Amino acid sequence: MLSFLARRLLHAIPILFGVSIIVFMLVKMIPGNPLDLLLPPEAPPELVAQLTAAYGFDKPLYVQYFSWLWRTLQGDLGYSIFTGAPVAAELRSAIGNTFILAVPAACLGFTVGVTLGTIAAHYQGTFVDKIFSAFAITGVSLPHYWFAIVMVVIFSVTMNWFPAQGMHFEGLPTTWEDLKSIVLPVVTLSLIPMGVVARVTRATVLEVLNQDFVNTLHAKGLVGYEILYHVLKNAAPSVIAVIGLQFGYLLGGSILVETVFNWPGSGSLLNLAIFRRDVPVMQATIVILAFFFVLLNLLVDIAQAAIDPRIRR
Amino acid sequence: MTQTTLPELERPLSPRDRGGPQQPMLIVADIKKHFPIRKGPFGRVAGAVQAVDGVSFSIAKGEVLGIVGESGCGKSTLARLLMRMMAPDAGSMIFDGDPVDEHNGISINQLHRDVQMVFQDSYSSLNPRMPIVDTIAFTPIINGLSAADAQARARVLLNQVGLAPNLFARRYPHELSGGQRQRVNIARALAVQPRLVILDEPVSALDKSVEAQVLNLLVTLQELHNLTYIFISHDLNVVRFISDRVAVMYLGRIVETGDVDDIYRNPKHPYTRALLASAPSLDPRRRTQSAPLFGDPPNPINPPSGCRFRTRCPHAQAVCADRAPVATPVDGASSHTVCCHMSQPGSGHTDAPAHNEEVAA
Amino acid sequence: MTATPSSALPAHTHAHISAPAPNAIGAPAAAGTLPASPTPHAPGPRPVDIESPGYWQQVSARLARDPVTIISAVILLLIVLSAIFAPWLAPHDPYQGNVMTRLKPVGFPGHLLGTDETGRDMLSRLLYGGRLSLVSGIVPVAFALLIGGTLGILAGYLGGAVNSMIMRITDVFFAFPSILLAIAIVGLLGAGLFNTLLSLTLVFIPQVIRISESVTTQVRSLDFVEAAKLSGAKPLTLIRHQILSNVLSPILVYCTSLVSLSIILAAGLSFLGLGVTPPSAEWGLMLNALRQAIYVDPVVAALPGAVIFVTSMCFNLISDGLRTAMDVRIKL
Repeated sequence: MLSFLARRLLHAIPILFGVSIIVFMLVKMIPGNPLDLLLPPEAPPELVAQLTAAYGFDKPLYVQYFSWLWRTLQGDLGYSIFTGAPVAAELRSAIGNTFILAVPAACLGFTVGVTLGTIAAHYQGTFVDKIFSAFAITGVSLPHYWFAIVMVVIFSVTMNWFPAQGMHFEGLPTTWEDLKSIVLPVVTLSLIPMGVVARVTRATVLEVLNQDFVNTLHAKGLVGYEILYHVLKNAAPSVIAVIGLQFGYLLGGSILVETVFNWPGSGSLLNLAIFRRDVPVMQATIVILAFFFVLLNLLVDIAQAAIDPRIRR
Repeated sequence: MTQTTLPELERPLSPRDRGGPQQPMLIVADIKKHFPIRKGPFGRVAGAVQAVDGVSFSIAKGEVLGIVGESGCGKSTLARLLMRMMAPDAGSMIFDGDPVDEHNGISINQLHRDVQMVFQDSYSSLNPRMPIVDTIAFTPIINGLSAADAQARARVLLNQVGLAPNLFARRYPHELSGGQRQRVNIARALAVQPRLVILDEPVSALDKSVEAQVLNLLVTLQELHNLTYIFISHDLNVVRFISDRVAVMYLGRIVETGDVDDIYRNPKHPYTRALLASAPSLDPRRRTQSAPLFGDPPNPINPPSGCRFRTRCPHAQAVCADRAPVATPVDGASSHTVCCHMSQPGSGHTDAPAHNEEVAA
Repeated sequence: MTATPSSALPAHTHAHISAPAPNAIGAPAAAGTLPASPTPHAPGPRPVDIESPGYWQQVSARLARDPVTIISAVILLLIVLSAIFAPWLAPHDPYQGNVMTRLKPVGFPGHLLGTDETGRDMLSRLLYGGRLSLVSGIVPVAFALLIGGTLGILAGYLGGAVNSMIMRITDVFFAFPSILLAIAIVGLLGAGLFNTLLSLTLVFIPQVIRISESVTTQVRSLDFVEAAKLSGAKPLTLIRHQILSNVLSPILVYCTSLVSLSIILAAGLSFLGLGVTPPSAEWGLMLNALRQAIYVDPVVAALPGAVIFVTSMCFNLISDGLRTAMDVRIKL
């Protein structure tokens, strides 16, 4: 297990490097001169030269890359072109806000998804299975941003149960009022993971149920719940793999939901930065979110290996 | 030496024959294949599975050589080495007088025009998406035959293996039974008109009645196409039926070779004896009271030193751990050789004959 | 040439057949001499072969019996056709707005599905929008299939260093959540249809590589591939004849479900203002523009999203149907 951990960590490092290189290259590929964002076109050439040297734009690419990487690893994510404020602080609170949505959405989506998938597999072919499968495929085919609008129309505008937009509190929700503003975004965000996880769980559990060892368990006299435990344990690695991928959706896809609900998370920050051409903020947000994703996948791999001894090799 | 009639003397030689009737079809010299085991986060080599460790034999033209051994003795690896599907770590092969895969000999591609293989698993060795006639015609087409000619040849071969072309040609593998699929495999192997066919446990997965049919088919085809066979199996009876000569394999090495009658009536190696004694008799008056072979086969990763069989051999002595025995002729006859210190004059084993003394049968 | 007497070949008990000259494989006489052959070789026209239904025929037959897939395919066909024939089907100019008839509801005389926030006819805009949205869905996946499929199959077949290199680079791209990567590329390069297509293609290529490589590696280790290698064929020939037909089905199933994702992502990018630019008619863009209209006329505002949903659902259902139809597990 330890050697698996070591191998996996070693594997993650070049990937992190690759991610940072890609983000750096993407930024470098932005059409136009980066200084155009900072200076008016009629700026005197000495000022241009000064800023070029200050930002290091005259240095060779790899030097720029490494100095940027070094600064990022130390926590210095640059300064926003628009607000002038350090990016790191803004990003930290934004990511926190996204997590307030993502974590409950993850829990909701995964638990409901696994439950639905398992029940559908158990009652395979019956009406229950068809209903649950239809629900799952709906979740997968749904444009969640559209669904968010629909939810707002139904629950906010028409029934006035939940606020239509905005995060009405700072930090963590403490009151019922605070929680009300979370409900719609969380449910919307959880829908696609719910659908995907339900489908994969159903398929995997069906595969496991068809294996001979399940018949052996029946023959040994195990009852439903005990068999369920064994079946789930065998289905777990594939399902966990999908859950890992869905974390990526939650981190990245939150941008659309946050836009609809005007939620000040990392998605909204990125959206704003794109429109304002605020390159440092864009760069930092993308890199940090990607880094999070890599780490999450690392945890998912470790969880998989902990459950399935074959993966440890 | 009694003249075991070499069939090719009564048949005209194949026009592709290069070495003449006395030249063995294949000479294998000290072939080795070790598979490294990697451990740790950097994948450093921590040992090796010594699958094939110094195998040597030769097979005459028109002969059937049976290779017998338990599971894990390296038979399948040997088959793949003989087909050069993987390169050996050491050793050489000479096919009809030409060294294989060496600068002054024939290439592996050329080898494959004369040597083909029939695999054990009849289902996975056929492309599930191709009608069987296309599978058979594939290799000839690759080797330059026109599509029409290749199809015609495939249909003739289907007839020869007992599958009527108009009934079976355009079928898919999943529509055939195990025995029928194995016939297709044989037809596919014969499509390029090879001279040597390696059969890796071709009947092991078949029912007994089907097995008999396929074996008879193999014998018929051998006569029809002037073939030489290397027949690998774990089933002693099957090997006895089809082989002219037999080689017994244990843990990557050949321990005894000889004519089929010599091996089955007069086995010299303790392993061969135990193998033959393990086959239960159908006679209820002759029941096996105790297992002739005890213990499990040792690990090919860390084989015993010297003679590899010594951990299960009732006659093992100190010299067996010191030195590996070499192939020694039995009764002075060069056709029956055994690798055992007990048969090797002057080996140091208490049962060994003295120098220049022939062991009484 | 006569057969040798059986006593010379010890322990063999097979029946003797008069063996003809060894090289006469093509000789018809060989056909009639084996006991196992059931049909005697008769003169006259050769009997016609029994044809078994090929793999794709079986798949089609199974699909034809699946009502869900059929219905989805029909709906999808209608959507595609209506998009292609939009210029003939649309009652109004999709770019012509009338301030007097803004945000009229469904069923308004002259505008079957109402009007949008600048008075343009919803039905016409939906029809024209279908063109952009469908293109944004299919084109990236098609390119990803071409490029990613080739790379993945090569990586899976060749193995070794080539495989490691391709898969490592793919892993780096996989480190990005798809949506984030798409947004990053479009956000940094600029909005527009081309950048959207490019970005989605780049996002999908690693996914297609991964599944192609995985399936090819599984198929490559099967015995029939090794047997085919013995024929001396070159790798490309082997891939074309032996591997391709076996790996294409899972890859195709995956790509069909990718199309549904692509449509949603493309519309999502437009929704954020990163995809197609106004005044183009595109479903996601329309959804964005109509966001404020949900307070006035929620049904009209929800129409574009509903169309995206239906189209995406159809692709997903077809993908599922394909997967079930292709799941041939017949073993004897």
